[in-house]
Amino acid sequence: MAEQSELQYTAEHEWVLVDGATATVGITAYAADKLGDVVFVELPAVGSDVASGTVVGEIESTKSVGELFAPITGTVTETNDAVVDSPELVNGDPFGAGWLIKVSFAELPPLLSYAEYSALIGE
Amino acid sequence: MTSDTAAHPDSAPQAERFSPLHQAHVDAGANFTDFAGWQMPVRYSSDLAEHHAVRTSAGIFDLSHMAEIVISGPEAGAYLDYALAGKLSAIDLLQAKYSLILNRAGGIIDDVVVYRTAENEYLVIANAGNRFPAFEALSARAARFDVTVTDTSDDVALIAVQGPNSRAILEATADLTVDGDLPALKYYRALGGTFQAGTVLVARTGYTGEDGFELYVDVSDAAALWDALCAAGASFHLVPAGLASRDTLRLEAGMPLYGHELSTSTYPAQAGLGRVVNLGKEVDFIGREASEEGPSAEARVLVGLASAGKRAGRADYLVYRSADATVSDGVITSGALSPTLGHPIAMAYVAPGLARSGTEVFVDVRGTRVPATVTALPFYKRQK
Repeated sequence: MAEQSELQYTAEHEWVLVDGATATVGITAYAADKLGDVVFVELPAVGSDVASGTVVGEIESTKSVGELFAPITGTVTETNDAVVDSPELVNGDPFGAGWLIKVSFAELPPLLSYAEYSALIGE
Repeated sequence: MTSDTAAHPDSAPQAERFSPLHQAHVDAGANFTDFAGWQMPVRYSSDLAEHHAVRTSAGIFDLSHMAEIVISGPEAGAYLDYALAGKLSAIDLLQAKYSLILNRAGGIIDDVVVYRTAENEYLVIANAGNRFPAFEALSARAARFDVTVTDTSDDVALIAVQGPNSRAILEATADLTVDGDLPALKYYRALGGTFQAGTVLVARTGYTGEDGFELYVDVSDAAALWDALCAAGASFHLVPAGLASRDTLRLEAGMPLYGHELSTSTYPAQAGLGRVVNLGKEVDFIGREASEEGPSAEARVLVGLASAGKRAGRADYLVYRSADATVSDGVITSGALSPTLGHPIAMAYVAPGLARSGTEVFVDVRGTRVPATVTALPFYKRQK
């Protein structure tokens, strides 16, 4: 997995790793930490179309429910079955094994840089 | 029952407060949450790990935000019989009793634990969010009794050690001495004692469904006692535990939380607390008349809900009698994926016709009707 400094981010605390016309999406360590222990993850179906800024999944902890927003408009090409079976991966390795979905896209919307996201969360 | 039973009591704006143990929590890496105006640990590392530690070894909780109100005077017992729903004059020295402060309409101002600390002295433990309503109600009711009602909350810290290893931890704690036989101490009984040069009240009480103790100490001794308990606990798998795990532990144990299951518009009988209201008392008490009348036959009642899968119904989610019913017949007041049981559990107020154990209902989980089964409380009971 890429270094955090090489990822792009959204204000909804997702990270995006762009590789050609495919983006891998997860939630940040900051978001995972705020949620607490993740116990259930619901992801969109492979093949479904997602629109940037809409809710496409849920990440539940013991205490609360977090929504997964699509950071990008496109088609879901892959979801992380491992994280559905073992939701604790979101806490344990949010930038790696805890990735959530891969989306093929035609156009990349404006995203936050590492510096911008770090400023957003006050770090 | 209205939806305001799920409203949090801690929404009143007030200055942020810190526990006398705050630095210990910072040092332990705690995440903090606002609770009734206090910055309290919500978790240290993992709320699931903290939950499991309490079930299998032990956890230590800072509950210093809770309120301690002292009742003293020759008529203390008679006064409490009038001010509270239970018969507190009948409890033994160093016995504890769960009770309720009712309003005249029979609703619940707070649920409290009362200790008899001397022949004519009692200690009332109120919820942090209800410190002032509880103190005001208790003060107002004292007028015609020879008693003094004193809010000592700012002077008293409360530390809970909960879990099967808790007794061994207390016995191994340096400079902690109890005046009596700790192993023989029964549930809802307490012992006086000392920690270093100060006094301590050690009670076999808790809010987790496990064996455990709650220790009341002067705020000036709190940090040293916390450190001593943690040091003794190191060889007994003791972990610091936050409010997130406390909430899932008490939910599994079927224990109500004020602001969720209890409110000023909830009758004890609705909440399964009818037994706490002592109508056999020969004296009048605030809320007696309304309690004798009781809630209406249609009043919703508190039940447990259990479901399969992993999607938990949460506070304020509506309960329906069928998958396609358009009008709800209940509302969840607390809910989570049970860490111990591995499936979703909830407490909910439902129409009396749905309250029988085994009844199938549906919870609207963010637009999806999830089936659930009405279940007797508690969900979890420890093996003794």
